Amino acid sequence: MSRKRYTQAINEALHEEMERDPKTILFGEDVALAVFGDTRGLLDKFGPKRVRNTPICEATIAGMAVGAAAAGYRVIAHLLFSNFIYTGFDAIANQMAKLRLMTGGQIDLPITVLAVYGGGASQAAQHSDANHPVLMNLGGIDVLVPATPADAKGMLKTAIRSNRPSFFLEASGLGAVGGEVPDGEHLVPLGKASVARDGMDVTLISVGSMIRATQNAAKKLAEAGVDAEIIDVRSLVPLDERTIIKSVMKTGRTVIIDEARDMCSAASHIAAVIADKGFAGLRAPVRRVTVNNSSMPYAPNAEAAIFPNADDIVRAATSICQPETAA
Amino acid sequence: MATPILTQDQSVTWQTAQLSMLERMLLIRHAESRLARVAKEVGLPGGVHLSIGQEATAVGICSQLEEDDWMTSTHRGHGHFLAKGGDVNAMFAEIWGKSSGICKGMGGSMHVADFSKGIIGANGIVGGGLAIATGAALAAQLDGNGRAAVCFFGDGAANQGVFMECLNVASIWNLPAIFVCENNGLSEFTVSSTVTAGKLSDRARAFDMPVSVVDGNDVRAIAQAARNAVERCRRSEGPSYIEASTYRIQGHLEAEDMILGGGTYRTNDEVERWRKDDRDPIARFRDCLNNEGVCDHTLFATMTADAEAAVEAAVAFAEQGDPADTKLAYALMGVGEEA
Ligand SMILES: Cc1ncc(C[n+]2csc(CCOP(=O)(O)OP(=O)(O)O)c2C)c(N)n1
Ligand SMILES: [Mg+2]
Repeated sequence: MSRKRYTQAINEALHEEMERDPKTILFGEDVALAVFGDTRGLLDKFGPKRVRNTPICEATIAGMAVGAAAAGYRVIAHLLFSNFIYTGFDAIANQMAKLRLMTGGQIDLPITVLAVYGGGASQAAQHSDANHPVLMNLGGIDVLVPATPADAKGMLKTAIRSNRPSFFLEASGLGAVGGEVPDGEHLVPLGKASVARDGMDVTLISVGSMIRATQNAAKKLAEAGVDAEIIDVRSLVPLDERTIIKSVMKTGRTVIIDEARDMCSAASHIAAVIADKGFAGLRAPVRRVTVNNSSMPYAPNAEAAIFPNADDIVRAATSICQPETAA
Repeated sequence: MATPILTQDQSVTWQTAQLSMLERMLLIRHAESRLARVAKEVGLPGGVHLSIGQEATAVGICSQLEEDDWMTSTHRGHGHFLAKGGDVNAMFAEIWGKSSGICKGMGGSMHVADFSKGIIGANGIVGGGLAIATGAALAAQLDGNGRAAVCFFGDGAANQGVFMECLNVASIWNLPAIFVCENNGLSEFTVSSTVTAGKLSDRARAFDMPVSVVDGNDVRAIAQAARNAVERCRRSEGPSYIEASTYRIQGHLEAEDMILGGGTYRTNDEVERWRKDDRDPIARFRDCLNNEGVCDHTLFATMTADAEAAVEAAVAFAEQGDPADTKLAYALMGVGEEA
């Protein structure tokens, strides 16, 4: 194990996978100097044939990813902020997600798209979306939201090797956060949630960026005598329903924490899964802590008022942990 | 605030017009220099992209517009906002995230807008203003009132497909649109020439509209090009393309050094060359007005002091403002109290 920052772990995964397979190429805006640090050093190491700065043209970046993958390359494309998924969306939604189906399975599309998501830093509405639900709804695309440096590295390596298109979403608030990362070859399977804390009283299901607020909430709950279990849903598509349901069956109480806008969020989907498959184990209504269908305002105080935090989670958990009260 | 007089007839009207352009350029320069200082010393809530060195483009173009002409801007939009008549107090309060901000603290630096002044707004999406300005030009055409819609965008934005789409629509529908490319040679941390084929101006030529490529640090050259383009709009003659070559002195954004972690995309020499009086748009205009006897050193010093005072007043206004309303986002997005 060595201690690494989230961004550093991503950078290592990119270096290792580019090294491993010479048919892996990477392109995007400013990947040479690396706005977020994640692609730093790749141009120097692998040269301008395999690592390219593109013009500002997300529609073409996403479309080229499809074409180059269809023509035999393993593609890593960087879209900078996840809000720029929208400017590249036709190629993502109409091509990337559908080509395998429409062509009767003739091709695989080994594409990994990187993008940084999330608010909390006064970047205003066009640079703060947590828009994984938009991608989850497409079908045909894996959606990954690692919350620790170890998972960031292990999942990215697996995603790059996978023959399915995937979006690897980097939580902006976690970039500088450190954690232990296993040395040597480290692969994390996609579609597996992790149990980040064992507990008996309530299951806190954290989606990607929300891990820190969730951990803080679990500490506060522990002080109040509530023993929370934390499920870190690091992969949204595929979704590890088993681990979720198992925990819900154990605790009977669930709060799902997701930085997305509430409507059709990952949280609301997970709540639906629990209603379908975990109903027998429920002892209280399922609660969601999400963003209340607003984009992020710029002013720090206005953003903080909307952004899910530990107190919101504690409040939601407490509301369903009073014995025998149907909240 | 249109400045109708470009010919040097030395009339009082002409002199006033010249001084008013200088006054705006000074206001922009001092406002942004102050923002740079605050960003560095105490920090501002979000990122700020400054246009120091590019003031002539914003001021030259806007000097030819009326308040009810439309204008869309970019992520580097403070200069456009002030040049089009936006209020510096309201802009600073916005950047400070206060409810007295022009957008009540909801948008910040990258989204300053004032519809009452025709300022449709800055934009966080590169190329985001292009189609919006084209749409405003469509509305102006339907209104038949001779209004123009100006779109500022960067050389980086010109590589977005929407640029070509808008040139096409504006041309084919003969819209009163003015596409103003601020060509500073840089797209974020990439030298634009490494990601751009051909000349941007040729793209506009291909869509059959008048093109003028001007020295973007010569405010009069810009104003003249704008004048021609605006007159075409007034006469319903269709769109124009203006390309202003200029240079951004500051980093892409104020936190640039931290983001780059030691990486570089330009030399200090290059920046220093553009800072010199023979290139700096304000120094050039100052010297020119001095030679013409319109603005001597004393007047220039007074105007500089006035700009500084206005900026200090704006800082005070911003600092004193109430914090943004924490319920406003929900109200504006039509969200009920309970999810
Ligand atoms: C759709 C979109 N893609 C990428 C970005 C990130 N970005 C912000 S500014 C910028 C460079 C813009 O260059 P240019 O248009 O020349 O404007 P300048 O910064 O030089 O004024 C980039 C890539 C963005 N904000 N929006
Ligand atoms: Mg530029």
